Amino acid sequence: MLLTLTCYAPNAPDIGYLLGKNPASVFERPFSGGKVWAFYPDVADDHVTVAMLTEIDPIGLVRGPAPLTQLGHYINDRPYVASSLTSVALNTAFGSALAGRATSHSERLSERMRWEVSVGVVACEAGEEFMTRLFAPLGYAVTTTRLPLDLRFSAWGQADLYALKLDGSQTVREVLSHLYVLLPVLDNSKHYYVGEEETAKLLAHGGVWLAAHPERELIAKRYLRYKRPLVQSTLERLAESDPALREAEAQAEESAAATEVAPEPVEATPGLHEQRLNTVMAAIRAVGAHSLVDLGCGEGRLLSLALTERSLTRILGMDVSPVALARAGRRLHVESMAPMQRARIQLTQGSLLYRDGRLRDFDVAALVEVIEHLDTSRLSAMERVVFQHARPQRVIVTTPNREYNVRWEAIGEQRLRHRDHRFEWTRAECQAWAERVAATYGYRWTWQGIGPEDAAVGAPSQMVIFDGNPGAGDANEGEGNEGDATAGKETLA
Amino acid sequence: MSDTSDTSDIRDESEAAASVSAPAEAARVLAIPQLCLVALIGATSSGKSTFAARHFAPSETLSSDGFRALVGDDANDQSVTAAAFDALHYVAGARLRLGRLVVIDATSVKPQDRASLVRLAREHDVFPIAIVFDLDERTLLERNAVRPDRRLSAHIVRRHTQELRRHLRGLEREGFRQVYILRSAAAVDAARVERTPMWPDKRQEGGPFDIIGDTHGCYKELLALLDTLGYQADDQAGRRHPDGRRAIFLGDLVDRGPQVIETVTLVRRMVEGGQAFCVPGNHDVKLARKLAGRNVQITHGLADSLAQLDALPDEARAQWTRDYRAFVDGLVSHLILDDGALVVAHAGMKQEYQGRASGRVRDFALFGETTGETDEFGLPVRANWAADYRGRAAVVYGHTPTPEATWLNNTINIDTGCVFGGRLTALRWPERELVSVAALRTWAEPARPLASAEVATPAETAVETLLRIEDVVGKQIVRTRLAGSVIVEQDRAAAALEVMSRFATDPRWIIYLPPTMSPSETSQRPDWLEYPTEAFAYYRTQGAPRVVCEEKHMGSRAVLVLCRDAATASRRFGVADDSPPGACYTRTGRRFIEDDALDRALMTRLSTALAATDFWERFETEWVCLDAEIMPWNAKAQGLLREQYAPVASAGAAALAGALAMAQAGAARGLDLGALAERLDERAHNIARYADAYGRYCWQVEGLDGLRVAPFHLLATEGHVHADRDHRWHMAELARLAQADPLFVATRYREVNTLDAEDCDQAAGWWEELTADGAEGMVIKPLEFITRGSRGLAQPALKCRGREYLRIIYGPDYTEPANLDRLRSRGLATKRSLAAREFALGIEALERFTRREPLWRTHQAVFAVLAMESEPVDPRL
Repeated sequence: MLLTLTCYAPNAPDIGYLLGKNPASVFERPFSGGKVWAFYPDVADDHVTVAMLTEIDPIGLVRGPAPLTQLGHYINDRPYVASSLTSVALNTAFGSALAGRATSHSERLSERMRWEVSVGVVACEAGEEFMTRLFAPLGYAVTTTRLPLDLRFSAWGQADLYALKLDGSQTVREVLSHLYVLLPVLDNSKHYYVGEEETAKLLAHGGVWLAAHPERELIAKRYLRYKRPLVQSTLERLAESDPALREAEAQAEESAAATEVAPEPVEATPGLHEQRLNTVMAAIRAVGAHSLVDLGCGEGRLLSLALTERSLTRILGMDVSPVALARAGRRLHVESMAPMQRARIQLTQGSLLYRDGRLRDFDVAALVEVIEHLDTSRLSAMERVVFQHARPQRVIVTTPNREYNVRWEAIGEQRLRHRDHRFEWTRAECQAWAERVAATYGYRWTWQGIGPEDAAVGAPSQMVIFDGNPGAGDANEGEGNEGDATAGKETLA
Repeated sequence: MSDTSDTSDIRDESEAAASVSAPAEAARVLAIPQLCLVALIGATSSGKSTFAARHFAPSETLSSDGFRALVGDDANDQSVTAAAFDALHYVAGARLRLGRLVVIDATSVKPQDRASLVRLAREHDVFPIAIVFDLDERTLLERNAVRPDRRLSAHIVRRHTQELRRHLRGLEREGFRQVYILRSAAAVDAARVERTPMWPDKRQEGGPFDIIGDTHGCYKELLALLDTLGYQADDQAGRRHPDGRRAIFLGDLVDRGPQVIETVTLVRRMVEGGQAFCVPGNHDVKLARKLAGRNVQITHGLADSLAQLDALPDEARAQWTRDYRAFVDGLVSHLILDDGALVVAHAGMKQEYQGRASGRVRDFALFGETTGETDEFGLPVRANWAADYRGRAAVVYGHTPTPEATWLNNTINIDTGCVFGGRLTALRWPERELVSVAALRTWAEPARPLASAEVATPAETAVETLLRIEDVVGKQIVRTRLAGSVIVEQDRAAAALEVMSRFATDPRWIIYLPPTMSPSETSQRPDWLEYPTEAFAYYRTQGAPRVVCEEKHMGSRAVLVLCRDAATASRRFGVADDSPPGACYTRTGRRFIEDDALDRALMTRLSTALAATDFWERFETEWVCLDAEIMPWNAKAQGLLREQYAPVASAGAAALAGALAMAQAGAARGLDLGALAERLDERAHNIARYADAYGRYCWQVEGLDGLRVAPFHLLATEGHVHADRDHRWHMAELARLAQADPLFVATRYREVNTLDAEDCDQAAGWWEELTADGAEGMVIKPLEFITRGSRGLAQPALKCRGREYLRIIYGPDYTEPANLDRLRSRGLATKRSLAAREFALGIEALERFTRREPLWRTHQAVFAVLAMESEPVDPRL
């Protein structure tokens, strides 16, 4: 990683005192991520250039002590791009200047000088405009140059890599603290931070200017994401062995990360999910249900509403992801529930593609934004698991209305709302599916939209309610084995 | 003890006459079934515990005193009795479920205590047996008085005795199947316990057998079938097979058909002559009840049997009736044969009931399991126990006519409705071949149409394609031929369930998942992390010196299941009719090509290529499973390249060039930066080499243009898993494919005798050439596909990766001495243990599939591979 700072000022070599680095020598020191060098490639009366160079130890990142092992791959851009590690290096090389101290010439600490900053490579998925939004309010002219991804393979598109140049009048402390705080914010979401206390330091260095920054919320939000511990799930390990899977998982992880900050960031209709859940709850109440199974309960948003519904005495949350279930458990405080409350709810891992006796005898089954995560070729298995074998009295299914996507600028006609969605249906497709399933398994169905109705494309979300006779027609279920086998035997062939 | 009492009247199971034994005599033998619940009944101090210790293992004996001590620290503490009995019942239940004998050592003098034991036995379908210690009061009081551990007041002893005596006669009515009463201390001492096999247990009868479905008086067809099977006339037994084969009749010999009398007589003679076995059918039992004077409805063809019987002269009729009743009464509800591999019963037998005896076991054998509902023809709807069958024993049964005998979960119904104008079918065991003769005519009209192809209801076959959660969640033990039992821990299964559910393709296609592959031991050479020497040495020490070295292609691992056509796919794999003629998936079961049209195009093209080499004919198969690498790398790993590999190259080149320029500028100012500049220069070269390395594995793909498939294992075709062929054979067979279609790539390989140093050197030289040229490296395999070494299964393959290739694994600068030194320490043990287990599981899955075992059995093995893959192992190995 390379960072150069050129300062234009009278008696420019004095800057060495402010930075605490002698222009005549080379500063070299190890820090927690590797090694940092600081030296002056160019010294003149009216300007000096100081270069900070870091060498990140990629093997140390993977094999090193705990916080750094979050970096699972030897192949990563950390050694080359500006990141939180750069901030740590900045603090190592220019710690006193960052803290606003100088051993000599301290009167110049408050002097605004013209600084030209060049950040060798920035990885920023948010784009050039975002970088301008971060630095321009602080008084910099921002110039970015996009790097090619791989000239041999133009079809792969462009890289989210930039050379960043800043030009502005700042005090020495300001310029360093701007870099210290904002370089990690620029860095893309595949962020691996070295430790929580460093995050706290970043915020401390933001000081006054951060409070006045128009993008302070965004800046803070991206910090929050950094703090999120990277879950070393067994799933991740599994994904290691299959690049395709790793990719899919990374995408899902990314979306999950995004969801944590704000639920469904892509569905740019505020409160849509809340509305969806309330609609589902109303449909549960409408049949006077006493038992509910939430198939694909995720983090348990529907479950927490269901728990407030007194008449539901038996609630089962099922999800295929152990990580999601653990999260649901924490969210609902299942461990610390009062015994009466605790007796009402169970969380269990399960799959919609495997026949499961535990799903029987429920009044209502809810599949809220679940089916679109299944490959269409696997839908028939899900249908049999739910409608043939579990066979609740009422099945509530919600799924996006694809037609509505055009109303959201960020999505448009072509894209789906979530990277893990395997399909999204139009209203007609959804209804055709409902009709087929109902006819096959002996249910009646009704359809309704959820969210603000648009004359042309309908509501953003849609719901199908299936009603049938519980338990009928599943003679093939094996659970009833203890039953009386002698019934009607005299009439047997 | 015989089966007689409950065959004569299945409804009177509980009233069955149990033999009440006469007073003691010398060396009295108490016969009990191997699996039953024995209640030792008697007052305190009557010698139950001493008796138990002499005749039963300590683990078989559950004593109330013992459980009082276990739960309450004191064997005499009556206040913990309730908890002690709770625990005792729990343990007894667990033992009975596992098929273990249980002896209850408690006084059990009260009827309600005994009732709970009878209930316990019935719940587990075993007989309750009573051994009663009816000693005179004086003896008991004397013993009680000298007891060192506990002395009870005389009135308790007296009360016990009175209570016992009051109910003694009624014990059999309480449900005890056998009651032995020992009336003196001498009788107790003289008694001997003898364990007898359970009636159905005929494990020692090894076959071969010809199992014949419901006959219903179709005598001519039966003779024709026996002829076809090779049976010859015999004076004694009626029919006998020259090779010693024996027939097994699945019952329903009578009713509906034209020659009930002759049919029964032949079968009875064959059974009595040792040439056949027979299990009772519901019709047989009902006729026997009618002949015993019971009031039964004359329906479902019973009238035909009675009419034929009436036509006999009086004496013959009386004789036949006697013989018939004795014969049917002697039949056992179901039989376990051939070392437990085969179970036969008229209407089927679920796993939990096999080898057990109770009214409901017998009902199940005769009637199967019904739901209590009736269908549109007024016939009972059968509960489809076979759909849930998970037992290891094959169950062969009849009872419900079906147009076609087909296996479902290791069960087969071979009643093909002869009397209704269908066929009379036999299953040859252990060959599992079906032999049948057509009915001469329709002798009776079925209540439900037989001829329609839909009789085997879609639900019945469809259940097969839907897996059950119990088959995969929780701790699983998968038995493999190659590596014994492989244990899948619960958390690994949970991870695999998520991947299988969220990402995997239709499990019907996933008949194999490839094992992970370990690299060779870290090289001793200073500049290399991997070098072939160590791999050669490994196989030498495994006693497998002959190896093949195959070029390792760098793309993405793929399993290909290719069918001759879509119809085959649907027939053999049970996938939808409109499915493509095959499937291609990654090592975690994910679809390789997600675009439907492209996927279909690839499958069709590869299938056509196979046809062009006469593959289907040469292997007499309609499908094949190949282990392959699909190239280029970017075909599947596009996202990874775009988001990880390429940005690192781009960022690295830019950052290092800038840094180098700065260092040089500083050096020009006289700063001490020479070493740093040199280092940055070297790193700039490394990043370029790294970009070269991954670039070589990428090229433009348009549709199928540019795609390359390099198969290296011809894993399986119908009826065969080709793990018995050596790798030379695999390479040669697969090379043919490359000639048929350039989409297929032949793999370069060479054989090496690792005992020959020069041969090894040449192979290493070949490897250096390949890798210098950009190849990933090579895979070294023992010549034999399955090789056992000194300590079990040898590694099926080791990879040895090239120096440049490893940059994309360990990073651009891994070759720097400081980095290389750290990377050398890497543990291979876990990786190798996994590789061996996964290999065994993969082969197991294929073997199960080719044996046409049910889907869940194959799925269990591939699921275990996926679960193994979630073990934490350094992904760079």
